[in-house]
Amino acid sequence: MIPEIGHFSLILALLVSLVLGSFPIIGAARGNTVWMGLAKPLASVQFILIAFAFLCLVYAFAYMDYSVLYVANNSNSKLPLQFRIAAVWGGHEGSLLLWALILSIWTLAVSLFSKHIPDDMRARILGVMGLVSVGFLLFMLMVSNPFERLIPAALDGRDLNPLLQDPGMIFHPPMLYMGYVGFSVAFAFSIAALLGGQLDAAWARWSRPWTILAWIFLTVGIMAGSNWAYYELGWGGWWFWDAVENASFMPWLVGTALIHSLAVTEKRGSFKAWTVLLAICAFSLSLLGTFLVRSGVLTSVHAFATDPRRGIFILAFLVVVIGGSLLLFAWRASTVGRGGKFDVVSRESFLLANNVLLAVAALSVLLGTLYPLFLDALNLGKISVGPPYFDAVFAPLMAPAIFLMGIGPIARWKEAALPELAMRLRWAFGISIATAVILPLMLGNFTPMIGFGLFLAFWVFATSAELVYQRLGKSDLPLMGRIKANSRSWWGMVIAHLGIAVFVLGVTIVKGFESEIAVKMLPGDVAHLAGYDFTFDGVMDTHGPNYEVSRGQIHVTKNGVLRTILEPEKRLYTVTNMPMTEAGISPHIIHDLYASLGEPLEGGAWSVRIYHKPMVEWIWFGCLMMAFGGFLALADKRYRLKKRAPSKEAKSSKEATI
Amino acid sequence: MKRALIPLAIFLIVVGFLFKGLFLNPREVPSPLVGKPAPQFSLPRLDNPETTFSPKEMLGKVWLFNVWASWCGACRDEHPILVELSKAGFVPVIGMDYKDTRPEAQQWLDQGGNPYNIIAVDADGRVGIDYGVYGVPETYVIDKAGMIAYKQIGPVTYDALRDKIIPLVKRLQAQ
Amino acid sequence: MTLTRIIRFIAILCLLQSVSLWAQEAQPLQTNATVEVQVERLSTQLRCLVCQNQTIADSHAELAQDLKQEIREMATKGMTDQAIIDYLVSRYGDFVRYKPPFNPATSLLWLGPFGLLLAGGIGLFVMLRRRQKMTTDAPLSADEARKVSELLK
Repeated sequence: MIPEIGHFSLILALLVSLVLGSFPIIGAARGNTVWMGLAKPLASVQFILIAFAFLCLVYAFAYMDYSVLYVANNSNSKLPLQFRIAAVWGGHEGSLLLWALILSIWTLAVSLFSKHIPDDMRARILGVMGLVSVGFLLFMLMVSNPFERLIPAALDGRDLNPLLQDPGMIFHPPMLYMGYVGFSVAFAFSIAALLGGQLDAAWARWSRPWTILAWIFLTVGIMAGSNWAYYELGWGGWWFWDAVENASFMPWLVGTALIHSLAVTEKRGSFKAWTVLLAICAFSLSLLGTFLVRSGVLTSVHAFATDPRRGIFILAFLVVVIGGSLLLFAWRASTVGRGGKFDVVSRESFLLANNVLLAVAALSVLLGTLYPLFLDALNLGKISVGPPYFDAVFAPLMAPAIFLMGIGPIARWKEAALPELAMRLRWAFGISIATAVILPLMLGNFTPMIGFGLFLAFWVFATSAELVYQRLGKSDLPLMGRIKANSRSWWGMVIAHLGIAVFVLGVTIVKGFESEIAVKMLPGDVAHLAGYDFTFDGVMDTHGPNYEVSRGQIHVTKNGVLRTILEPEKRLYTVTNMPMTEAGISPHIIHDLYASLGEPLEGGAWSVRIYHKPMVEWIWFGCLMMAFGGFLALADKRYRLKKRAPSKEAKSSKEATI
Repeated sequence: MKRALIPLAIFLIVVGFLFKGLFLNPREVPSPLVGKPAPQFSLPRLDNPETTFSPKEMLGKVWLFNVWASWCGACRDEHPILVELSKAGFVPVIGMDYKDTRPEAQQWLDQGGNPYNIIAVDADGRVGIDYGVYGVPETYVIDKAGMIAYKQIGPVTYDALRDKIIPLVKRLQAQ
Repeated sequence: MTLTRIIRFIAILCLLQSVSLWAQEAQPLQTNATVEVQVERLSTQLRCLVCQNQTIADSHAELAQDLKQEIREMATKGMTDQAIIDYLVSRYGDFVRYKPPFNPATSLLWLGPFGLLLAGGIGLFVMLRRRQKMTTDAPLSADEARKVSELLK
């Protein structure tokens, strides 16, 4: 009964979103306040209905209702509860429901925190989000119903893919979807602005916190996914340029460009058309990513032979949403004003150059991801585009962007002087060049790539130090006062940029200095790597809730002192009969020690791979810093929703920041 | 106005390809060996490990070279079709038992019937690599001169037999 | 750290001395280190055909292991990277390479990003020059500025 109630709730939600997607927008066009006023309550009702449907599905998973096809396909009675709940988004139908739920959460959030937006604008924004919701609900109800019954019911489920039975599964997809779907807010703001012709600085200011929030979620989501792959795949890789990863990375690149572009539009009224285009593209790429992942066009085995309707439906949906908004853009963009004047050398120019680089990078990732499809469709053969291509193309595009990142924040708005910039940055330049040469030589391995990576990382460190010194040095206030004298969004910018540097540093060091050995180990055998002694204590056979496991134990010593114990596992998930490796990792700020168990060999020996990964954790720490930077920017006083004492407010809003 | 249409144009081109992509199989990799001589090998036969089979023996004939294994699920689908084809006696079918054990392979043949004129045993899969085998079953059509004329990836279906393999074999036999 | 892990940790500490008495060197899985470097380098550039999207190096699939062994044997024979890649491409096609070759069909793939960069750079420059010549400066009108600050409250 409960699945039927959930299904019915989805149908009601579709009806509500249809009304939400039409009446308020028409009302805004005609000036009908009653119709416009519908938007806010409908957003709440829509959220309640979808959340209720979602809970029904969670219930079916938690109480193991194998008369529901989707539950039977993605769960099992031996699956622990936390994974049974995470299994809700472990398959196609459930991830769509999560998508729809998150969209309704964002819609609700906009309806609640939009008191200062003019009524017609708010009605249009919520209406556009309602229309997107219509598409997803229709898709679910027509070809991907998570509540479809299985008659007769299965005795037990076919189990969740063992690859997904990891704590990463609990956090990564919801985070990522919060990011993906969060760009729908900036998208809706843009469409609303194009419809209403109110594309002004206020629009940029309103879009910005929503965009930053979505970007934070996306950053953390991608980071969690990368960390998960590192733990789960058993050889310490953290990024594979897989189509599914690229699908999340493209919106991130465009979203990053959007955040910067919004800053200019808000501050200087420039780049309006470009900003709108980026907002449309960020969400379009999220939708496209969903299509690529869900349709199986690029990856899966005969995903469509089973149900081509799904692919056609979602493609048609893309055409309506993306095509429609790009058409609207083409129609209205010329009416957008040009904004403030600025010089070739100015902060605006640097930000615009950064935008161009990010956009080109995103388009290149798109090109590389879709190129095999292009050739196949034109019958020109099958090729694979993988890490060697993306590494070769991406690094030269990102390097200038990171270099500009050091200059942009120091340059003045409107008009900056090159000689003055050069003067201010000469020390930073000297220090980063020196570090790039000396540090690798000290560590014993200099290659141009290592040198270049270190140069970029230290360039950002040094220019940020210069920037902070300039801002904090010229004041008589005590240190805390000086820190507080700068706005939180300015500090957010500094920390996010430092996060990029930390990330680049981690990538450079781990790529340049990692080492590994593959050995045959009998209990008691010792292997040596990076100054550590790894002693194999043997393998113990035991079992988890739904798997058999061979758990190895390796104790690690340095000069006879015990440092850590690694416990790599080899699991066999009994329901799906799939083997999985769980690496044994000792994470540390300086380096990770990483061991994975291979195959058992003759005579009780095991093949074991041991990796030494210097500074690999910095990669994810850098991402967290970026997200924290975004969070600080979000916490900036000018985005506070409640009224503050006017005196304080006036002081902080004078701050010219990006 | 015109410049503002560029994003839409790019998008529509991408949509065109995506639409086409819906009807393509991303996993089917065409073999570069088509039109090239079939790689030579000499493998022990299943019925008698003392004797060997080599493609040279088939020179002058058009033949099918079917890679199969008892552990392969999709082979079960094509097996009855191959049995029927062999009953017609219209083209010799040589099997290659790929990465399999003899007892299991024998059991499989006892159960499903033996459609093969000769079965070669590729226990370690090395000849498979030479032929670019990446998933069993795979079937090659090899002409009188020992050239690979066609490769069927995945199970041989009635449709594939009727529309591609049989007309091709007839044409090659007539040459 | 759970209690059991702490106990185990201490137990190992105690055992450490005695263990080191009979500890022996673990043998490398493959004896020829220079060959292994080549195998590793090549297998990170080659695609496991049966997997979702993995290199031969990362995949545990049987075919990937076989291919790795094949590469190892070719490397032991002293074949160059290019010769080994050519061998595999002649059997599996370009699909097996994660780094597509440069040819007319892939020229757009390889040159596209740099073409885009060039186009973006030129577009940016032209746009900036045009803006520089703009005579009117209309960042935010007084009215707009007032609206913005009102929205902030």
